[in-house]
Amino acid sequence: MDNNAKIKQVFCHALGIQPEQVTDDLTYNTIEQWDSTAHMILVAELEDSFDVMLDTDDIIDMSTVGKAKEILAKYDVQF
Amino acid sequence: MSESSYQQYLGTLFEAGTDTIDQSQKSAILLECFRFLHQHHYANCEEYQRITSLSQVKFERYEDLPFLAVRLFKFYELKSVPQAEVFKTLSSSGTTGQTPARIFLDKQTSARQSKVLVNIMQSFIGKQRLPMLIIDSPAVLKNPTLSARGAGIQGMAFFGRDHTYALNVDMSLNVDAITQFSEKHQGKPVLLFGFTFMVWLHFIQALQQRNLQLPFTDGVLIHSGGWKKLTEQQVSNQVFKETLKEVTCIAKVHNFYGMAEQVGSVFVECEKGHLHAPPFADILIRNPYTLEPQSNGEQGLIQVLSVIPTSYPGFSLLTEDIGKMLGEDDCECGRAGRYFVVEGRLPKTEIRGCSDTVRSTDG
Repeated sequence: MDNNAKIKQVFCHALGIQPEQVTDDLTYNTIEQWDSTAHMILVAELEDSFDVMLDTDDIIDMSTVGKAKEILAKYDVQF
Repeated sequence: MSESSYQQYLGTLFEAGTDTIDQSQKSAILLECFRFLHQHHYANCEEYQRITSLSQVKFERYEDLPFLAVRLFKFYELKSVPQAEVFKTLSSSGTTGQTPARIFLDKQTSARQSKVLVNIMQSFIGKQRLPMLIIDSPAVLKNPTLSARGAGIQGMAFFGRDHTYALNVDMSLNVDAITQFSEKHQGKPVLLFGFTFMVWLHFIQALQQRNLQLPFTDGVLIHSGGWKKLTEQQVSNQVFKETLKEVTCIAKVHNFYGMAEQVGSVFVECEKGHLHAPPFADILIRNPYTLEPQSNGEQGLIQVLSVIPTSYPGFSLLTEDIGKMLGEDDCECGRAGRYFVVEGRLPKTEIRGCSDTVRSTDG
């Protein structure tokens, strides 16, 4: 599976949302499913799926799907 | 000052970091932010406008800024944004029988709270997220209106991974969860977080009673929530730390002082045992009778200032806590800025007066 499909799957699973909702612009705290509790679940699942360790700056900056890709790119995950 | 310069000043504070910005630089930047926040709340919160309309216009120093008594948030719905923009309402734990304070957050204020909290804590525990043992029960997050306790745990959860709750719903030790956690992370860096009195009663003492010892030689405990109940039991910070070390091997402990009315700007205890004002917040001590500013070493009421809140008028608050300023830019831990000690609370005054007990509908 390519990384775009993979990150989509992680967002769907962690937040309990539909694949078509996962666009680069989808923003933290704009849908009820992506609140601070879900954010921690999302972070844990991203770490597991892409085998990375995110620090506190990363998870504060991760405010959109697009931003999540940028942050993962720092850890050599290509999109 | 415009909102964009306020944002710029905030950016400067984030870049500066906790250790580098000395008090004179810091007060200059913060004062600019506070002037903006005063104008902003004056224009957008009717109650704030009425309360502060007589205060002077020029604010040359912190001491000139108007301040709100923290308990006003219990009696009034104070907000500086339209209701439609409020996305989270925080309720303080409050004293039994009294109305809890309600704090109205919009997205910007809430995001700023998290960002500031992370920045402050990084100075004490680093950027890495550590396996985290939360000294509470998972039920604390299930409450529909977010309690300050739940919000505190949610905020601190950002610093951890593999979150494990140490207590059951009835506040008894979840020995299985704790054992699994300690076997998995034995000798490695771990983070523990909890509220001071609960950590003492439901964790430290409960471990003692069961003769359990945990192997967290490289652990750090962050705790908050006040010392009132422990002071009543004559448990000092030193006794707390020593006993914690005996039962968990944890030698690194940071207490922090903060309040639901200013979530995000926390005052963390350094390695030398002093509470520090971070770059984003500051304190003043005022005489409890005259409200005049006090000098270093003189006891008084603590006034807390924070650059965070734009959705509610809580950037300058007179607390009901008593403390002393210890110094400025010269703590042995090397951090710049003011450092202080909290020594207690104002004795509780029962509300009996007619004017106090009538539920008012306007100011």
